[in-house]
This record gives sequence, C-alpha cells and structure tokens, in this order.
Amino acid sequence: MVRALVTRERIDPADVLARVGGDGDGAVLLFLGTVRNHNEGAPVEGLTYEAYESMAERELERIAAEAAERAGTERIAVIHRVGELAIGDISVAIAVSTPHRAEAFDGSRYVIEEIKKRLPVWKREHYVGGASGWVEGAIPPVPEVAGE
Amino acid sequence: MNGRVPGGYVEHMRIRTLFFATYRDLAGAEALDIDLPTGATAGDLVARLRQRGRLAALPSEPALAVNEEYAPLSTGLSDGDEVALLPPVAGG
Repeated sequence: MVRALVTRERIDPADVLARVGGDGDGAVLLFLGTVRNHNEGAPVEGLTYEAYESMAERELERIAAEAAERAGTERIAVIHRVGELAIGDISVAIAVSTPHRAEAFDGSRYVIEEIKKRLPVWKREHYVGGASGWVEGAIPPVPEVAGE
Repeated sequence: MNGRVPGGYVEHMRIRTLFFATYRDLAGAEALDIDLPTGATAGDLVARLRQRGRLAALPSEPALAVNEEYAPLSTGLSDGDEVALLPPVAGG
C-alpha cells in the first residue's frame, strides 16, 4: 500500500488522499508543498523542477518505506511533480493514515524532510523580470561503504 | 595493475555518465560515455571528468549514484554502469 510516484502531471490532492485511510485509522494527514511567489526576497513567477526521474522514484519509494516502518502503517502515499510549475501549483503531496495522530504527523514529517535531504531533484526559479537561477540545495548524505 | 591483461594491452570499460542541473551546465551535455580502465572507481571517473574543460569546476568529491543508488567514491565500476553526478538537491 506504500505508494511513491514522480509525475509530470498536475497533482490532485483528492487522488492522493484516496490512496490511504481505512476503518482502523483515526488519523488521516495530507501535506501539500506548493510553489510560492517569493524566495529570499526575490519575487518568483514560476519554477522548473528537474529530476533524475528513475532514481527519484526509487528513492521516493525507499523514503516512503522507511516512513511506513517508523509510523507503523502501510498507508502512505507520496507524489512529487517535475517540469514547469506555476505559483500555487502543488509540487509534492504526502498522505499518511494511522490509528492515532502522532504517528501520522511523524511519518509525514519524515517523508518531507528526507525528500529535502536526498531526493535527486533540482529546482530552477524563474524571477519576475526574466532572470532565472538554480536554487541552492542540500548535499545528500552518501554512504561510506558501497551498498549501505 | 588495474586494467592490464595478459598481452600487455589495457582493457577498458564504458561508463554512462549523467549530469543534472548545475553539473549539466558545466558538462554542456546531459550524458557522456566515458572509457576507463577496468578496475576504476567512481572517484577515478570524477578525476577524469575534472580534466574536461569546464568540468574542472566539478567538486573533487561530488555526491553521485551508481546504477540509481547513492554510492561512495570508492565504489568499483563495471562496464555498462550508469553513474550520475548529483549537485546539492532541492526537491520538495
């Protein structure tokens, strides 16, 4: 039931929510990351997300599986969009359902924080006025020994 | 020595190398096929890349993935491997 997807299509939050939930769950949590119109003081009119798509989907699956183990639920869905996004568009959606709320918050938070640390995705900001630039990112943690 | 086979010639392997975001700007390409002697590591690939024009600006120890998994520079490569050079990430 853990689902992870990288997509070029618009994200429908209702569709992501529909992938989780169940009669035994008392908490259903949806997190949406959206494109805002400013960054570090500069007005932004859009973003381009680039991904190493095949690896990003595998990494997203690994992150979701880790979160599922932490939260003790199989009901996690995460979708990350790539391509050209406008202000207000959803870039990432995470849905988690658990019997009690604490685990849902913990699982959702883990997924978004790990995405920020290690998902092979890059973001180019398009500023009002025509200039653009790559957003400074986070150096992903790399295992010291192959296969770990 | 690495890459030496009986007869004295050097056996090579071909590594599909992928570049993203700022690193693609440096490489001027999304992908390059790089030939390395058998036994070379991911670190050897990086050192070779840093000898190519603007790729000299590549960090000496960039994050990278071998066949879609994060891997250290000490990782031994095999013919046909796909190595992706990964600038600091900015998803979410």
